Amino acid sequence: MTPTKPKFELKLGMATREAFGKALVTAGRQNKDIVVLDADLSKSTYTSLFHHEFPDRFVSCGIAEADMVAIAGGLAYAGKIPVASSFSCFLMNKGFEQLRVAVAYPKLNAKFVGTHSGISIGEDGPSQMSIEETGLACSLPGFVVISPADEVAATALVLAAIAHVGPVFIRTGRMKAPVIYAADQKFEIGKAIEVIDGSDVTVIATGLLLAEAIRAQEALDAEGVSVRVVDIHTVKPIDREAIRRAAQDTGAIVVAEEHLVDGGLGVRVAQVVAETQPCPMEFVGIHDTYAESATPEQLLDKYGLIARDVIAAVRRVLARKKK
Amino acid sequence: MQPKKTLPEMQATAKKMRREIIEMIGAAGSGHPGGSLSAVEILVTLYFDVMRHDPANPKWADRDRFILSKGHAAPVLYCAMAEAGYTPIDQLNTLRKMGSIYQGHPDVRFLPTLEASTGSLGEGVSLAMGMGFAARLNGSPSRTYVLLGDGEIQEGQVWESAMFGSFHKADNVVAIVDYNQIQLDGFVKDIMEVAPVADKWRAFGWHTIELDGHNIPVLQAAFKEAAETKGKPTAIVAHTVKGKGVSFMENNPKFHGTAPTPQEVKLALQELQ
Repeated sequence: MTPTKPKFELKLGMATREAFGKALVTAGRQNKDIVVLDADLSKSTYTSLFHHEFPDRFVSCGIAEADMVAIAGGLAYAGKIPVASSFSCFLMNKGFEQLRVAVAYPKLNAKFVGTHSGISIGEDGPSQMSIEETGLACSLPGFVVISPADEVAATALVLAAIAHVGPVFIRTGRMKAPVIYAADQKFEIGKAIEVIDGSDVTVIATGLLLAEAIRAQEALDAEGVSVRVVDIHTVKPIDREAIRRAAQDTGAIVVAEEHLVDGGLGVRVAQVVAETQPCPMEFVGIHDTYAESATPEQLLDKYGLIARDVIAAVRRVLARKKK
Repeated sequence: MQPKKTLPEMQATAKKMRREIIEMIGAAGSGHPGGSLSAVEILVTLYFDVMRHDPANPKWADRDRFILSKGHAAPVLYCAMAEAGYTPIDQLNTLRKMGSIYQGHPDVRFLPTLEASTGSLGEGVSLAMGMGFAARLNGSPSRTYVLLGDGEIQEGQVWESAMFGSFHKADNVVAIVDYNQIQLDGFVKDIMEVAPVADKWRAFGWHTIELDGHNIPVLQAAFKEAAETKGKPTAIVAHTVKGKGVSFMENNPKFHGTAPTPQEVKLALQELQ
């Protein structure tokens, strides 16, 4: 064991949606072509910050997500850089057809940011929860799909997404997220980050589950299990080399995400593992069900999305790993 | 800038485009003749008189833009663009063939001088609103024209963007409804009645004009009136005849989405002499 292993305090920081709203203001100051679209949720998505500073470049669309997405397409055709946001469930489900034909098909330079992703929105319940949008976003050819874990990642990746030419979807959450990264951490679209090195097993996580993966690693480390933790902040294009290396170096992989296992990060990692370096895998995620109303903490516990569940998955995968 | 045509020239171009539409769909063996023929005068008036555009400089930032929201009428748009000099006339008969710039529905990947890829109904007015908003931000005189089918306005998104247009005072956008009374499965009134169409647009806060969509001088006057209307977008409800110009196609639901046989092509071209 290396004595210089990084120590994570995991102190609560901003929600990734708030980091998005603030980064958008920064981007707006640098680039006059950025136009922000909202569907009556600007106080929740934090695009109200942009509205306050740049009222002329803020487009109120009303509760009409399909219209909003296609208007973003029109703005992009005309050379603007539209950023449209809403709750992930409404943006991706109600706007999906427009994302397909009015954005992805002509491969326009437009950005879409979903907030309130996953079940950790809590009390509002399943109609407002988004547990399928990673799969939907990844099914749009040419789209970049980003899922930041904390405020540092969200800030850097929102700016990277705006600098990227092409369509991007970013998945953010409602809850305050534990801070994982140092303020000067560099992020590159499509490049995974090896947060902790390890040799027995790899936990590949994204979004809110990265902190749970780190907690699991700390507990397992105390038992002498060496766990590598990898942050896949860009689900598409996925970092194939980081996954292949994890499979080769550790021979066992657990994927953890606050999303349906069907269509989520796990199946995309599994595809790369199958194609490059087959090894046993286990999946921490939501298994073919909708959640319910409760506190975020109760829901993450009930639906199996905390460190305890990552630890259990690690034990299962290690039992299957060839000695 | 595209030189304007005189009325007799536009009428001659309209007839030529009708022949081209019949020939290209006949050669393709599939496609949508009825709703292409009903929109000929609307596109001729826009491309050869009303719109400020330049086929030699297709990406001119201040150009006026046209969006074919009823994307299945791609043949009429391709003929207008070819006649205007954007694309080769001699390739029109490659419609729907592998590699053709003339894809089954408008596709900017194959034809970059198109303003938008369309084909999924209901999205065009929203796209126009985005383009119009961008023009306003840029202080550009650019105007955006969008053509809808009458069946198409059954799509809820059309009314989301109609609401948006009046709220945002999108006076640089004009929506034209090609009111030919027929959709794929039959007559609009039997599938899902859309009447009263003009009243609906008026109720959504649009300046609304009803007219004969085959009368070029009337169309010219309406587009002028739209340009002079400030503070609200304009909707033009254009009464048209599906299959206009070919007797056996006129008002015949069969020719919404059926190509003419070689024999029918011959008959149609005789009528369009």
